[in-house]
Amino acid sequence: MSAAALIGATKRFGDTTAVDAMSLEVADGEFVVLLGPTGAGKTTTLRLFAGLERPDHGRVTIGGADVTATGPAERDVAFVFQQYSLYPHLTVYENLAFPLKAPGRRMGAAAIRRRVTEIAELLRIAPKLKNRVTALSGGEMQRVSIGRALVREPSLFLMDEPLSSLDAKLREDLRVELKRIQRDLGATIVYVTHDQLEAMTLADRIGVLSAGRLIQVDTPRAVYETPADITAAQRLGSPQINLVPPAAMALDCPAGAATAGVRPEDIILVPGRADTRDVTGGATGGVTGAVLAVEHFGVETVALVEIAGRQVHALVGPRADFAHGSPVAATVRPGAALFFDSSGVRL
Amino acid sequence: MSSAAVRVTDTSPRGKMIAGTLVIAYALLTMIPLVWIVATSFKSPPDSISYPPKVLFEPTLEGYVNLFTTRSRQTPEYIDSLGPPATWYDSLVRERNMVITGESRFAGRYMNSVIIGFGSTFLAVFLGTLAAYAFSRFRIPLRDDLLFFILSTRMMPPVAVAIPIYLMYRGLGLSDTHLGMILLYTAVNLSLSVWLLKGFVDEIPREYEEAAVVDGYTRFQAFIKVVLPQMRAGIAATAIFCLIFSWNEYAFALLLTSGTAQTAPPFIPIIIGEGGLDWPAVAAGTTLFLVPVVVFTVLLRRQLLRGITFGAVRR
Ligand SMILES: Nc1ncnc2c1ncn2[C@@H]1O[C@H](COP(=O)(O)OP(=O)(O)O)[C@@H](O)[C@H]1O
Ligand SMILES: [Mg+2]
Repeated sequence: MSAAALIGATKRFGDTTAVDAMSLEVADGEFVVLLGPTGAGKTTTLRLFAGLERPDHGRVTIGGADVTATGPAERDVAFVFQQYSLYPHLTVYENLAFPLKAPGRRMGAAAIRRRVTEIAELLRIAPKLKNRVTALSGGEMQRVSIGRALVREPSLFLMDEPLSSLDAKLREDLRVELKRIQRDLGATIVYVTHDQLEAMTLADRIGVLSAGRLIQVDTPRAVYETPADITAAQRLGSPQINLVPPAAMALDCPAGAATAGVRPEDIILVPGRADTRDVTGGATGGVTGAVLAVEHFGVETVALVEIAGRQVHALVGPRADFAHGSPVAATVRPGAALFFDSSGVRL
Repeated sequence: MSSAAVRVTDTSPRGKMIAGTLVIAYALLTMIPLVWIVATSFKSPPDSISYPPKVLFEPTLEGYVNLFTTRSRQTPEYIDSLGPPATWYDSLVRERNMVITGESRFAGRYMNSVIIGFGSTFLAVFLGTLAAYAFSRFRIPLRDDLLFFILSTRMMPPVAVAIPIYLMYRGLGLSDTHLGMILLYTAVNLSLSVWLLKGFVDEIPREYEEAAVVDGYTRFQAFIKVVLPQMRAGIAATAIFCLIFSWNEYAFALLLTSGTAQTAPPFIPIIIGEGGLDWPAVAAGTTLFLVPVVVFTVLLRRQLLRGITFGAVRR
């Protein structure tokens, strides 16, 4: 049984189609990450699940039941908003207790206290319970907003870029923590982000969104290795996948291929020109390029190479030593190239 | 922030002294009329009109006694025949060859001001809050036109509507009634209150209410628990503006009230003593009249000054 699903859901705002005939099934205990740029319809998708928006077409189910016409209060979901999820006039404790004090829940004061303390300890904000939320740091605020969702044990968690306002280090810490908590609780989460690293590390499955459409839903590895189209291919991977005409890299391509996509790690660079290196006479298919820049990122080094007038990123060994402007022979790892037709769909 | 850190806004002790002196000088300048009124309320009638004006004088409560009483002049023989005065104010009055004959109407007028001023302030803020929330959150047909219409009720100068309202109130039996004055001041204040409060509601992100609704609250509960507390500063500011208007209003009060519902403003200036206006009594009335607005503003000052910290998460 799916924990939640959108079935052909469409939501328009005037002329904008924010969510376009989207179908998405989320399994029980699954962590689904929706990845897409700003304006792709990520927030609207979550709001459809929460009942904060009604779809113009299509249906929404939660726990197998059709909730399309059900109000947010009855859906048993928790929402972590991108911003403004904490009430500035309340303390940390009161913020965490707020969802439990909802009239329908009928929870005793002692039970509420126990639950809030438990969650505060889980998120390591217990010492701050008496503080006003306005006196918290960004990371603590974000913990409290996640905590506000966790206290309730709903059937579905919806999280809208919960870590986007944090600095890199905190983001990484919270990301790891969130994944651990999700595993421990077996929580079902639909999580929205435009950060591919978050998507890759958190997701059981990634849903790639573009202009209100769900392009592909698959495991991070599958989306990375077999993207449905160019947009999906560009969403994952840093530096981005290199898109070149197949001829530019001297690739054997299937019929109808308009564009070839090659990941930086699939390009092998060797100093020197391609033809001079080919002493054995074997067809290596390499092309000659010129090194424009070499960037050291610590664990990896990326060379920017100009090939047939295009700039291409290639991952090179940490001790690779390419002189600026020097010629290199570039070959593509056999079978690693992806091919797309003229409309961008992968062949 | 460590206390050792020097903030750029800190000024030198010398600069502080100059700024302080200027502020005190300005404060004294603006407070002279107020101080004069309060001083006059403690003067005797001759002192109050002496020329040159007396800065130093012997304080007396005669003004306040005169404000709250009616008196009649008697011969010294009659006064002597009354026996010793029962109270301090009796003796104060007898020194001027008068006896107290009863209570003046000031207390009643003052009470009217309290009822009408606070009543209309409460109504204007209450209705304004609901209207502002609706205008801010709901899709209302002709919203902008309605808002403009509400504002336009304030554009007409009171003199222009005085006669129609006077006739209308006479026809409806609202002349010189508390209800009539409360309704009138509420109507005038409502435009200000709706517009001011709408600005405050607009500033409160919808996400707060949506979070509450997702957590299982109804929209109304979310309004009470989430929106209202964050509107506190706005409501306080609006209430002060409304109270100041209805408390000080003079023209309509003069026109529409004469007895039962007369407020203090049209009453105070016509407190007559022997041989013309009783200035110490007028000043005493004015002093007492100032108190509620000052107290109300000081009480709500903390709400105002605490400012509006919107959003626990930075935008
Ligand atoms: N309440 C709304 N009214 C009008 N347009 C909206 C509204 N909400 C979202 N949109 C539009 O729908 C599109 C998708 O928005 P959103 O779901 O917020 O994207 P994302 O969260 O991926 O950045 C955007 O073009 C946005 O302008
Ligand atoms: Mg968004």
